[in-house]
Amino acid sequence: MQSAKEEKKGREKLQRIIEMCMAIEAHSVDPFLLDVDDIIKVVKEYFPQWEKPEDLNLDAETIHHLASVIKLQSEWVKHRSTSLYTDPFLLEEKIIQTPKEDMVGLFLRAWHPVVELEQISLHSLSEALRYWETLVPLSERWKEFAAAEVGMGTATRDELIEQRILGDKVFSEELEEFWQELKETVNMKGRDGKIPYWDFIGAETYEGTVERAFLTSFLITYGYATLEIRPLEEEMFIKPFEEPVVKIAMQQGISIPISVTCETWQKWKRGELV
Amino acid sequence: MEKRRIGLSKRKGVYAAKVKRATHMLFYRRHQKPGVKGWELHKALGADYPKVLDVLDDYLKSLDMQVKTVFEEEKTPVQKPTLEEYDKARFCVTLRGDLTPKEAKMIGWRIDDLAGLAVAVSYIISKKGQAMRKDVEELLGEKLPGWKVGLNIDRYIRYGYLTQDDNAQLYLDWRTRAEVDQKALIDMLLNAEAQKTLPVEPSKEEGEENEEESTE
Repeated sequence: MQSAKEEKKGREKLQRIIEMCMAIEAHSVDPFLLDVDDIIKVVKEYFPQWEKPEDLNLDAETIHHLASVIKLQSEWVKHRSTSLYTDPFLLEEKIIQTPKEDMVGLFLRAWHPVVELEQISLHSLSEALRYWETLVPLSERWKEFAAAEVGMGTATRDELIEQRILGDKVFSEELEEFWQELKETVNMKGRDGKIPYWDFIGAETYEGTVERAFLTSFLITYGYATLEIRPLEEEMFIKPFEEPVVKIAMQQGISIPISVTCETWQKWKRGELV
Repeated sequence: MEKRRIGLSKRKGVYAAKVKRATHMLFYRRHQKPGVKGWELHKALGADYPKVLDVLDDYLKSLDMQVKTVFEEEKTPVQKPTLEEYDKARFCVTLRGDLTPKEAKMIGWRIDDLAGLAVAVSYIISKKGQAMRKDVEELLGEKLPGWKVGLNIDRYIRYGYLTQDDNAQLYLDWRTRAEVDQKALIDMLLNAEAQKTLPVEPSKEEGEENEEESTE
């Protein structure tokens, strides 16, 4: 009975220690408020009594949280001992008191601006002249086209679908199906949950490839998949997510232009694109 | 012996070519930001590009310039950086020494704008690397005209000295990390006593002007 009481007391103590450590980890309490030596003594005191896995788990969790607090303490010491630490209030006072001219003088002694050059080269001049020769005059570029008279009429839905002005499926359905196709393709031919970009978008025809690239861009933008780019090896992989990641669609992302030219498609078809 | 000499001079030749290539890549702006990424140097020069940059740095010493490495965000490695860390870093050429106020004016900086930048950078450092934009504006507004304060901060952000997040918090950006010796700046600021006169080299400048007049 005594031992059961002691065990309950020990569990409560460990629980309190864990809560204290979590408060410190959440930065709401100073890490140095915790006396690590005392805590370790407490943990050591109760450790021989633990037999059940839950109690041993609790003990391990306490040590884990204690280790996090020690890490926070060491980060605080590291920050204070780095050369950039100084009393912020003192520094602010100095900034306010220092005259503008003196501030400039001090800054100039610590400032080493980047050196960069701009220069036009013979190569870029010749490219520019070549472009100029092929450029059509404005008078021709901005010519007003005589609009041909066209009879008014109506088009049926099927005609619009045939001309690819309308899709025969709702776009979201098409995207979902494409996403499933990506997941299946990755399962069959992919490695480590991803597949080379061109292996996925490549189709029998160039037009088909462009269409697949177009849909793939929506998959990535809306969080159904992501791109993995290795610039050094010039490789690009597409990796589907199991569930669409909505956060990606809400955040401002970066644009990655990918060139899908006929020449690149032909290289891929010949197996020359690695 | 002869073979060794030929091998050595071949190696020197390869390195000389690589140093020239590195010079082109570092000096001439190709992207929005000056300098070049480590992986681009790796691709153009090979895996020994850090050694090539050391050689270039040596050459640039006599010209009062240096090759500067700006690591990703603020993750400056404590130990010798790995090749992977170098690949992710940005490299550029900066001045090794410092500018006089006259030279600073020559490169297009007005004293007010430079003072604003110095105060903004120092204040953000004093606030452990981040500060509210309105606090910085308030501080600058004490000595600079109000209409200039916002414009200047936007300019510092555009140039890459500062960056602002969605919560209007200002942080130091890549150009400050590349160009400003933050430790030196803080040490000098703390050791500086309030002076009333401008700490320039009036005698030197007057001397130069007199020299120019005499040569003309």
